[in-house]
Amino acid sequence: MKRRQFGRFGVQRNWTIPYAVFLLVFVVTPLILIAIYAFTDAEGQFSLANFQKFIHHSETVNTFVYSVGIALITTLVCLVVGYPVAWILSRNIFSSTSVIVMLFILPMWINTLIRTLATVALFDFLQLPLGEGALIFGLVYNFLPFMIYPIYNVLNKTDHSLTEAAQDLGACPMKVFTRVTLPLSMPGVTSGILMVFMPTVSTFAIAELLTLNNIKLLGTTVQENINNGMWNYGAAISLVMLLLIGVSSLFTDDKSGEEGGLI
Amino acid sequence: MKHLFAKLYVWLLLAILYAPILIIIVFSFTEAKVLGNWTGFSTKLYQSLFSGGVNNSLFVTLLNTFAIAFIAASASAVLGSLAAIGIFNLRRKARNTVLFLNNIPILNPEIITGVSLFLLFVSLGVSQGFVTVVLAHISFCVPYVVLSVLPRLQQMNPSLYEAALDLGATPMQALRKVIFPEIKPGIISGFILTFTLSFDDFVVSLFTIGNEGLQTLSTYIYADARKGGLTPELRPLTSLIFIVVLVLLFIVNQRAKKSATHEK
Repeated sequence: MKRRQFGRFGVQRNWTIPYAVFLLVFVVTPLILIAIYAFTDAEGQFSLANFQKFIHHSETVNTFVYSVGIALITTLVCLVVGYPVAWILSRNIFSSTSVIVMLFILPMWINTLIRTLATVALFDFLQLPLGEGALIFGLVYNFLPFMIYPIYNVLNKTDHSLTEAAQDLGACPMKVFTRVTLPLSMPGVTSGILMVFMPTVSTFAIAELLTLNNIKLLGTTVQENINNGMWNYGAAISLVMLLLIGVSSLFTDDKSGEEGGLI
Repeated sequence: MKHLFAKLYVWLLLAILYAPILIIIVFSFTEAKVLGNWTGFSTKLYQSLFSGGVNNSLFVTLLNTFAIAFIAASASAVLGSLAAIGIFNLRRKARNTVLFLNNIPILNPEIITGVSLFLLFVSLGVSQGFVTVVLAHISFCVPYVVLSVLPRLQQMNPSLYEAALDLGATPMQALRKVIFPEIKPGIISGFILTFTLSFDDFVVSLFTIGNEGLQTLSTYIYADARKGGLTPELRPLTSLIFIVVLVLLFIVNQRAKKSATHEK
């Protein structure tokens, strides 16, 4: 008998083919190309020179370490500032919590550059100097929603009877938080940390604009090398960045990614 | 009164988050060249934004950005919807593979996507410009369409399609009359979402736009900011974009709410 069911193994499965081809050409191949360029020299010969250059070039290594440091500080500030917000929002003390949550997410839909320039404007307006402080403020400003949303999502789904049970059994508020609320919210916290750390460590324009081009992050180095025709070296730094992000994502389990999804 | 402190904290944080945007909106109503100077209320910047003339380049850039976003979002809607229907019909293993690949552009940092596509285009010897930007945007937009259409298919009652066939519809007719209306809300949400993603994109555009003078709004602002001074007309433009995004987001949200109550 002819299969006429829709949904499971119907003939329409062939409709995946155009997109599968598109994915191969525009997603898989380009990623393989990064690896190929990283491991070859300008003549196309296999070589490790790009990575040797990376290790011996103290400026790039310093930029790398500095970028990771800035990303860690940004992530920490986002966590310290964002966790209380997520917790407060999950307590439902506002008459319309969904609107407040929306207000925190809304700025994310505005062009990063415009948001960053607005931050520059704010610092100019308050006559504060641009530099490292402005950079961290700008990064936190840009990525804070990525921290609040996943934590809020997890806390919001948490069964309130658990905290009530802890209270009934005589735990003080501090203990309820450290022994019940915090452990339960860990999937949201790890996913928030990842979602702030990954874009921060790979950002570039933000740093240039907020420090008047005085501070360079790893993303800036990649862009400059690609721009100046040093494609192989640029690809090698991209690969290092990809590796760093891959390693940092190993720290979270699969479940947290699903629960913290933004869309 | 009990939660005064908590509420204060949230409102204070929101005030800080919105302060930069508010400053831009307020100063879009004055003529001063430098942001922060108030030289009296005026809507001159709004007028010169649309009157062309000196700021023609900004207006052309805006049109380019719209064209790119519209083409990329439309193409993604078509490709993504077809793909979602296809994926829905795949066997588990193949489906998981395609969904894994589908997630790569979403999880990849923008700069990696940008560099990788740049390397693709130079390897193929394609000169970069309008076409390459559109292709690059499609590559990170389709995954979002797939993810917004696929749930609609999963929620659909599979018997509807069979019933249509039993009543004599051809598979094509059944798709058009039964499946399409079911997934339409997902396609529209996907279109709006990818339109804003493409419109806002900066990093991927910068790597794939080439150097033949084509600019999108983001690359224009970037070039402008690097030169030091910001074109004053960017203030009213930013304010308008903020309002438009606000409205679009509101529409998407209402749609999501409506369909959620529908299912219940």
